[in-house]
Amino acid sequence: MSTPLNAVSESFQAQSVAPAAFPATRALYWSVRRELWENRSIYIAPLAVAAVALFAFSISAIAGIWEKALKLDPAQASEAVAQPYDITAGLMMLTCIVVSVFYCLEALHSERRDRSILFWKSLPVSDLTTVLAKVSIPLVVLPLVTFAITVAMQWIMLLLSSLILLGSDQSVAALWTKLSFFRMSMLLLYHLLTAHALWPLPVYCWLLLVSGWARRATFLWAALPLVAIGGVELIVFRTWHFAALVGSRLIGAAPAFAPMPGDGFPSGPMTHITAGTFLSSPGLWIGLVVAAAFLAAAVRLRRYQAPI
Amino acid sequence: MACIEARELRKSFGSTIALDGVDLRVEEGRILGIIGPNGAGKTTALNAMLGLTAYEGELRVLGRDPWSERDQLMRDVCFIADVAVLPRWSRVSQLLDYIVGVHPRFDRAKAEGFLAKTAIQCASKVRELSKGMVTQLHLALVMAIDARLLVLDEPTLGLDILYRKQFYDSLLNDYFDRNRTIVVATHQVDEIEHVLTEVVFIDRGRIVFNRSMEEVESRYLEVMVHPEKAAAARALKPMQERTVFGGSILLFEGLDRQQLAALGDVRTPSITDLFVAVMGCQVGQAQGAGR
Repeated sequence: MSTPLNAVSESFQAQSVAPAAFPATRALYWSVRRELWENRSIYIAPLAVAAVALFAFSISAIAGIWEKALKLDPAQASEAVAQPYDITAGLMMLTCIVVSVFYCLEALHSERRDRSILFWKSLPVSDLTTVLAKVSIPLVVLPLVTFAITVAMQWIMLLLSSLILLGSDQSVAALWTKLSFFRMSMLLLYHLLTAHALWPLPVYCWLLLVSGWARRATFLWAALPLVAIGGVELIVFRTWHFAALVGSRLIGAAPAFAPMPGDGFPSGPMTHITAGTFLSSPGLWIGLVVAAAFLAAAVRLRRYQAPI
Repeated sequence: MACIEARELRKSFGSTIALDGVDLRVEEGRILGIIGPNGAGKTTALNAMLGLTAYEGELRVLGRDPWSERDQLMRDVCFIADVAVLPRWSRVSQLLDYIVGVHPRFDRAKAEGFLAKTAIQCASKVRELSKGMVTQLHLALVMAIDARLLVLDEPTLGLDILYRKQFYDSLLNDYFDRNRTIVVATHQVDEIEHVLTEVVFIDRGRIVFNRSMEEVESRYLEVMVHPEKAAAARALKPMQERTVFGGSILLFEGLDRQQLAALGDVRTPSITDLFVAVMGCQVGQAQGAGR
């Protein structure tokens, strides 16, 4: 047991050594890490899907899909060779969307449900930092995780098909020249950060806001207003604009976005619009303003929130 | 400088008034016990001090407004708001990593030192720990923070007596010094009685009693009255009279010890008895006002 005098001098020393405050980025970094500790589905779900996709691909590769593709004329061949890569990338993007949606619906709800919000609030981390850490998951972390896993998966696919081609005495070189792997990866990263992060951001921020507000059934509270607005529009005006708007935000097939109308699935990373067109589209900026408003509301709300 | 200064603090939830004009001043280096029945407003008062709830009135904690400056305030204040609020999914080591990451005044080695005295493993998940161990863990984390104010709201609720005793022992031996202030709200008065330097009773959102322990000891006396002197004792207007096995005990305020010694055995009342007496007076007053 230390005497009071010792304790006083100890604490005095500690105070003179410890900095008064850390830079704000440090709290943000650790808050993002805590999200990864709590929500392991952020990386486990894409890994699981990648494993399944690899399994399916290896079956099809053994069944010999390459033989036909490599004998086509060059223009068709490169498309046919890239097709399995596009499909698997599309599958990974779909996973990214699903994980983002479920993450956002839980993000500000689970800490209130398990009362741990009282612990988090006992630390010198502002509500703004906490909410920013949470929104960075669908905005930055999940696209990057999806990118890394997808590229790794596609490398394995490439090696796998090369091995099979070697075994079947066909040209491996033809496969490698027809598949522009680096370009495909860069387009994938660009596509993930634009179509799956910035473009759907208002939807994710809406889900975050609802997760901080609803006491239970976050999915219901998030979806009902959207269904209600869409329903009113349909009954009054007989149109589908609102439903199309929300759908396009989430799946990424906005008119300004997909070169082919009706192409709901963002699987063709080769055919995407340029950064200039994307950044100058008013839809993007309107969406970001709406997202910022939802986020500001979520930050404010967290100040008032207590355990459920 | 006062550690906590509240003036006319008010808070209502709908039509329920939780705080009805609380005035409170807590100097640095004190251990204040806030005692009150369920729903008296203890937790609301503490939550206001911690920036967890909005309020009307004036409130300064370490010179800051808790509601608008919670994150800065938490560098100097730590609290255990309730038992079992540590995230159940986390590992002990992750909690340590996180607090090291965000808290400039957290001493990891100190926390690990406290944990080494318990059965808690760094690799364990919080969900695997018993309720008592979670409280030990939380206390170890909090004591390793070099804070100026520690707020505890029913920190030992639902724990067995061994854990409860250990909790307050380590708080007093390993943590408290004259630079720190501790505020505890609890029902389990007898366990913290010897620890406190000040005591506040709160009832229906108002502070009904606010004394230092020295004042309590000098102002309040309890007499086990000899049966033949009961009438004389009652004439001195006791705050409360209660019958125990073999006689009655009368509680007096502001009377001379010598004078009372003539009536029977004199001793300092426990905080529990004082609380019951003060609350009894409150009920009496309320009923009187009602008529």
